[in-house]
Amino acid sequence: MSVVQDLPAPGGRRGGAVRARIGELSSRHRSFSIIVGMALAAAILPVLAAVPPFSSFQTQNAWMDGFTNAGVFVLLALGLNLVVGVAGLLDLGYAAFFAIGAYAYAYAASPFGNQILGIDFKGLLGDSAGLVFWPMLVIGALIAAVFGILLGAPTLRLRGDYLAIVTLGFGEIVPIVFLNSDAVTNGTNGIGGVFRPYLPGLGSFSAVNPWPYYLTMMAVVTVVMIFCYRLAGSRIGRAWEAIREDELAAAANGINTVTTKLLAFALGASTAGIAGVINAAKLTVVSPDQFGFVVSFTVLAMVVLGGMGNFWGVAVGAFVIYTINNVLLKTLNQFFDAVAIPILKDIDFIGLQFLLYGIALVAMMLLRPEGLFPNSRRQRELHAEVIEPGADAMTLPEVTEEGGR
Amino acid sequence: MSEARDILVAERVTRRFGGLVAVNEVDFTIPEGAIVSLIGPNGAGKTTFFNVLLGIIDPTSGRVEFDGRAMIARPRRVGVESLVWVAPSVLVVLVGLALQATGVLGGAAIALTAVAAIGLLMGTLLLAIVRPLWYQNLLLRFGIFRSARPNDMVQAGVARTFQNIRLFKNMTAVENVLIGMHTQMRASLADGFLSTPRARREEDVSDRRAQEILTLVGLHGIGNELAKNLPYGDQRRLEIARALASGPKLLLLDEPAAGMNPKETQDLMKLISRLRTDLGLTVLLIEHDMKVVMGISDRVTVLDAGRKIAEGTPEEVRRDPRVIEAYLGTPAA
Repeated sequence: MSVVQDLPAPGGRRGGAVRARIGELSSRHRSFSIIVGMALAAAILPVLAAVPPFSSFQTQNAWMDGFTNAGVFVLLALGLNLVVGVAGLLDLGYAAFFAIGAYAYAYAASPFGNQILGIDFKGLLGDSAGLVFWPMLVIGALIAAVFGILLGAPTLRLRGDYLAIVTLGFGEIVPIVFLNSDAVTNGTNGIGGVFRPYLPGLGSFSAVNPWPYYLTMMAVVTVVMIFCYRLAGSRIGRAWEAIREDELAAAANGINTVTTKLLAFALGASTAGIAGVINAAKLTVVSPDQFGFVVSFTVLAMVVLGGMGNFWGVAVGAFVIYTINNVLLKTLNQFFDAVAIPILKDIDFIGLQFLLYGIALVAMMLLRPEGLFPNSRRQRELHAEVIEPGADAMTLPEVTEEGGR
Repeated sequence: MSEARDILVAERVTRRFGGLVAVNEVDFTIPEGAIVSLIGPNGAGKTTFFNVLLGIIDPTSGRVEFDGRAMIARPRRVGVESLVWVAPSVLVVLVGLALQATGVLGGAAIALTAVAAIGLLMGTLLLAIVRPLWYQNLLLRFGIFRSARPNDMVQAGVARTFQNIRLFKNMTAVENVLIGMHTQMRASLADGFLSTPRARREEDVSDRRAQEILTLVGLHGIGNELAKNLPYGDQRRLEIARALASGPKLLLLDEPAAGMNPKETQDLMKLISRLRTDLGLTVLLIEHDMKVVMGISDRVTVLDAGRKIAEGTPEEVRRDPRVIEAYLGTPAA
């Protein structure tokens, strides 16, 4: 044991013992702690939505519906975090895979799509045609992964800004292809009448009852989160981090940078594919305008704000940003009108939505560039100069030839 | 030394950059178990030669064999490779057309053929990008040759360190070594997803092994220290530890003593000698510090302006007039 190991972690003095204990427990039983954490969150959110002040904004059902939509973005953020946060590949066209997942489901689960594929699930399964939702969660992920590899392959030699530009191009191309292939995608109108998921014993999910969607979403997020954590802690996750830090050194240590990067693209895309399937099944309509650059950009902002590289941080970041942006700001008008606070009640918050959002982004980047819940390694990278002095003060004992101390 | 097998053989390696001949027809061999040094004034082509050996740049001509296998040469008949990619798809299309003509499959033949052909094409293109070993061997049977990439060289048993330290600075010492062990570990994607007992056992074993390697290079007990917080000499050692982690047969050290104080240099020399005696490693050293070179090398090769100008034991090279001239210039008339 060296002296260095016993030093407290930076910024972790108060409540250190308890936190360390929790940290140790949760890292040893990572998957279990994720399940517990997600179950707690899933239980608390509906309660929060039912108590003031939140209950005064909108009904509990509307809140639950909003949470489920936020879950779509949580999934997207988790997937993009693998690509950008862990492997360090800046992807600005991430919405493309979201679109591919959504269209994949639309083809499998709508009268229009089935007609094109030459299958008829409605005829085969009747009202329970929504059963295809469950296998499509996996198939949609696989299809998106294939496209992740296809779109990733040409970009393998590119780095940083160049990679960003090429992925940006892909992100634009995919929705435009869906828009212009009128005959097979129904163009601007998109594919409507997508089946809602069907669960034996429960029946088809419905628009009026948000609970089945909400619980499904929580379950999917939990599973994806467990996979993300496991991967990041595995041999492959280490290889991603190595590539992010120094690609040449990673290759010189035997990491096949080509396959490792493709894997990051594929897994990131598959997560977006799952999000796309759920989104399509929830909205029951898929159209190209749902997958614009705004989606890619928003998800990237969520990843950066939440704390690149940290899956919990990214998930919470995505959830908070989505909820503020799409639920809270929209209901602030009613709220301030109701309580009649002089100046605030005259402000149109919906009109200011993007201004407030922009201000939040800028403030965040200036005050806390590593994000709300930073990954410890990212934090070190961004605050190198703050931590360094302590390192200089440490004098390590002379190393002897035998290697003992 | 004469009976020892040559682990690495470089034949007439040349590398041109435009009009500049950085490495000019260099023949170079490394006997198994030897410590061989490559020296020369700045700009002599040492690093270029090194990069050719490691598969980072292709030679203009010449070839490099490692452990009896041709690894590096000028790419040959790569234009033909595209035929290998499209051949399966073309075959499928032809078969599909034939089936349609005979009417065996009926209307579905065209659709099936198209799907199969596109799938195959995507598959072969992916193979071309990923280049697994069996694919390279297949290409070799068609006379197509591409140099091994850096990660292939590591897989084959060549590890290296960098002239300017390139550790993963924000990772701990152990994590750095674990990345070095990447090729030694077997955990697959599925293992990662499912966190199988096999994968967890492998992580535990690798972790212990990493500690052992750190102890071996004299970095005992600093495993959880961030790489960037280590003193300079320890960073050099950590880089060697990371290279050792891949279980190499040949270790290439690019100026390992650069920037070290005399005490650290002394320790480094002892470490390198011990790597040979304890691990049976072969070592190639690029170095400017003549004390190191002359102290531990079995053989020294001198490059100047891309050409090999001398080779022999440290004593022979030290007395060679051409070497003295290359380093000090010709005496004033």
